[in-house]
Amino acid sequence: MNRLLLNKIILVLSTLSAVIGISFLFWILATLTYKGVSSLHISTFTNDLVEGGIRNLLVGQFTMATIASVIAIPIGMFAGIWLREYSNNSKLASVIRNLSDVMMSAPSIVIGVFVYAIFVAPFGSYNGFAGIIALTIMMIPIIISTTDNMLALVPKELREAGIALGGSKHKIIMQIVVKAAKVGITTGILLSFARIIGETAPLLFTSANNQFFTMDLTGQFPSLTVSIYNLATYPDEASRELAWAASFVLTAIVLIINLTGRYMTRNKK
Amino acid sequence: MSNLIMETKDFNFTYAGVDDPSLKNINLPIEKNKITAMIGPSGCGKSTLLRAMNRIHDLYPGNKYEGEINLYGAKGKENILDLKKENDLISLRQQVGMIFQKPTPFPMSIYDNVAYGMKLAGVKNKSELDGRVEKALKDAAIWNETKDRMNTSALGMSGGQQQRLCIARAVALKPEVMLFDEPTSALDPISTGAIEELIAELKKDVSVVIVTHNMQQASRLSDYTAFMYLGDMVEYDKTDTIFMNPNEKLTEDYITGRFG
Repeated sequence: MNRLLLNKIILVLSTLSAVIGISFLFWILATLTYKGVSSLHISTFTNDLVEGGIRNLLVGQFTMATIASVIAIPIGMFAGIWLREYSNNSKLASVIRNLSDVMMSAPSIVIGVFVYAIFVAPFGSYNGFAGIIALTIMMIPIIISTTDNMLALVPKELREAGIALGGSKHKIIMQIVVKAAKVGITTGILLSFARIIGETAPLLFTSANNQFFTMDLTGQFPSLTVSIYNLATYPDEASRELAWAASFVLTAIVLIINLTGRYMTRNKK
Repeated sequence: MSNLIMETKDFNFTYAGVDDPSLKNINLPIEKNKITAMIGPSGCGKSTLLRAMNRIHDLYPGNKYEGEINLYGAKGKENILDLKKENDLISLRQQVGMIFQKPTPFPMSIYDNVAYGMKLAGVKNKSELDGRVEKALKDAAIWNETKDRMNTSALGMSGGQQQRLCIARAVALKPEVMLFDEPTSALDPISTGAIEELIAELKKDVSVVIVTHNMQQASRLSDYTAFMYLGDMVEYDKTDTIFMNPNEKLTEDYITGRFG
């Protein structure tokens, strides 16, 4: 009797917790959609920030995130490949693996401050390159860890079979092992892209923001996330509406990238 | 007299980080175009010995080989433990192929799986590749099942088909010796039968060494049998002798199922 009662209490409590957790998520999504969609117009996408749109912000955010990915993906992947395939789990490898894990959970504002000190202060102005560097620093450890973990899932027999067929180690790793882990690594890359595209803190005092359309990375660079941060604090209604619209667009982008990643992993099975 | 393709002489093997050798003074002849079976309880070192014969242990640093393993290949007698350069090891593995316990198809098409080893060996001519892929698949008795789906992924095949594909892949390189490490222990009885038939066919062209836990398989398939126990080679003889009239009490006890 007691046992059954306890079972019911636990069931009610856990259901309640789940409902509370999920309802917050839906609350956020519902508010965003309601406020965001009503503030969205065609002109939101065709105008730059000076004219009350987010065109330059989207282009700027994607430019920085894409360049950061182009730098971070090869570095992270090669580091991950080295860790899993070449390091033989040496002392150095475990130090690097731990450091990379620590970097992954480093507060992003700290990375922003660091890049400010190294690449902004000496040059005397905020610049797009500094923003890219901050995003790259954020992305590298995520890619290292993904590559490392996904390669670990490839059975060692596959490597041995390749070697036994007369392959050299680097050919087997590049042509077979990485290929076998391709879906997992691609998913990880997508998720890490989704992560950095929504970051504000590393950009806040590196690339800062720009109201105008620009591709000049040596100066202040337009950013969607920093704009949301700024616009939301302005007193006028138009700015706050634009902040809602921008937030909705950003959420939609992150959600789509995330779902694509998850869909890919599911299709693997 | 005997016609050897390989032999181990006073061979010792020690795994990295271990003091005692896992294999002690192994002297094993491998007869040309015959099937040699290695039997013994788990942990006796039979797989370790097999994996020394194509130096696959070199993938993991710190392992130690002592003694000799001679290969009487196209280049004449060669102690494979003397090989140092990666290219020499690659050439060794092209002469001494290996099939694993679990099928190991590569994540690519059936055709590419079979062509892969040849491409590594430098075969570029498309029509030569096509011809040798077809021949290898026929030799591995899997041509009829694969000829209409050459460009589909090998990962979609059944376990038994995958294992025959792996054999085709190895055969395509025209090796002198093929090493089988419990090739049927992950397969159902019908696939096992197919693989056994295939191995019996193969000995026309290659010499076979097979590690097996299945005593019937060893007696059905092999010409010679080596019985190993705790890193020692207890007895080596014609398969009939080992199974009917072994010299050692230990061999008899193992074969009759008294331990192991």
